[in-house]
Amino acid sequence: MSLTDWINKGRLKSPWVVHFDCGSCNGCDIEVLACLTPLYDVERFGILNIGNPKHADVLVVTGTVNHRNKTVLKNIYDQMPGPKAVIAVGACGLSGGVFREAYNVVGGVDKVIPVDVYVPGCPAKPESIIDGVVKALDVVKTKLGLA
Amino acid sequence: MARTILPFGPQHPVLPEPIHLTLELEDEIVVSAVPALGYVHRGLEKLCEVRDFHQMIQIVERVCGICSKIHAMCYCQSLEEMMGADVPRRAKYLRVVWSELHRIHSHLLWIGLFADAFGFESLFMQCWRIRERIMDINEATTGNRVVVSVNVIGGVRRDLSREHQTWIGEQLKLVEKEVLALKSTIVSDYTVKSRTQGVGVLTKDQAHQLGAVGPVLRASGWAQDARMLGYAAFDELDFEPVVEVDGDCYARLAVRFREVLQSVDLVRQALTRLPEGEISVPVKGKPNGEIITRVEQPRGELMYYIKGDDTKFLDRLRIRTPTFANIPPLLAMLPGVELADVPVVVLSIDPCISCTER
Repeated sequence: MSLTDWINKGRLKSPWVVHFDCGSCNGCDIEVLACLTPLYDVERFGILNIGNPKHADVLVVTGTVNHRNKTVLKNIYDQMPGPKAVIAVGACGLSGGVFREAYNVVGGVDKVIPVDVYVPGCPAKPESIIDGVVKALDVVKTKLGLA
Repeated sequence: MARTILPFGPQHPVLPEPIHLTLELEDEIVVSAVPALGYVHRGLEKLCEVRDFHQMIQIVERVCGICSKIHAMCYCQSLEEMMGADVPRRAKYLRVVWSELHRIHSHLLWIGLFADAFGFESLFMQCWRIRERIMDINEATTGNRVVVSVNVIGGVRRDLSREHQTWIGEQLKLVEKEVLALKSTIVSDYTVKSRTQGVGVLTKDQAHQLGAVGPVLRASGWAQDARMLGYAAFDELDFEPVVEVDGDCYARLAVRFREVLQSVDLVRQALTRLPEGEISVPVKGKPNGEIITRVEQPRGELMYYIKGDDTKFLDRLRIRTPTFANIPPLLAMLPGVELADVPVVVLSIDPCISCTER
């Protein structure tokens, strides 16, 4: 096994996730956090939540994009090393949800950065968020040319 | 000594939500803090121009996902009072049950996040494990874990069956037992005390002058709780505001810890005295006039101002949320604090940025 193979194995077996709340109502945020806690405990799958985008493989975004945080979101996305995957969580992250008509809402996350996996729900359930991360790993696998 | 400017946020490991603080430091001591808001602003108050007053219930529930039930309750109470609806007593008691369940899960969530802010990860895990019982109750009785959406104008949408009431009682016994098992850690642990006692002090006078609300105000020695106004069925239930006098982060932790137990007791009282009868009444007419309603959210006093002009769209909706009121006290707590304690002090007001910016 070459060094690249080892790194790729680590990437797919233990994805590191950075979570950014982009204007969500907290509903999806606390469900993302609930994934880390004993009932769902994603660490048993090797999924780690970390604060630094430079260490992350997967970006989990909750909530609508507005005119102020779109630069922050773009900034975090640009800091992540490739291959990376983006998961939009919740109805707001998908399309703007109930806030789509509000004046300060740009729309879903895919208006600013490319999104690979969409997790619906208002708020999305922890089970579906975990499923989203698993699906995002397939995307990373394809980007690595291993699929 | 030269001063250093340090940006804190908007994306920060201890912050679940984006807020930006520009910290001015001298050595490691904070000299001043300037907040920058607007990362979560959606402008949902203005949505009342495109959604009618029934549809707005779903919007105000999403002001904040953690206390969605209490936002909707405040909104519905305002319109009921404005349109002269006589809400059935059973609906009032059911509102108390769900809003106190929300308070329990919000406080447990906060104790966990607060513990995580000073690096006590096992306490974070324990609190969130207990909290899942409340989420199960929410899911079983309303169909959703977080945004329960039970309020309508004129009452509630869901009833609690006898089996559910007994089951909630059993679950609450377990919650109480597990929370009490954490008491010695939360109240007397050396690590917790050394990171929170004497940190971020807000004196009694400051709390009053800066307009603090909720647990921040009560931790500084003021016995003020909007539930004492007796909205919903709170006038028929027995409770006293939880008060601490020290005004530091430890006092705020103690207030919220004791409020968890108080809320467990309130849910029990409400379930024991739950009257029979209807759960909602049809409400006719359209909102007309002006009204202000106050309720107690887990973070403090929540205020709704509504102006109607006899059409199905509201003329004006204004929401004053507790974190908005608690930001000036936070800025008064920060000067003099060490940089390592900034996350602890910021979290001690239980910031809910999505509430603040709406």
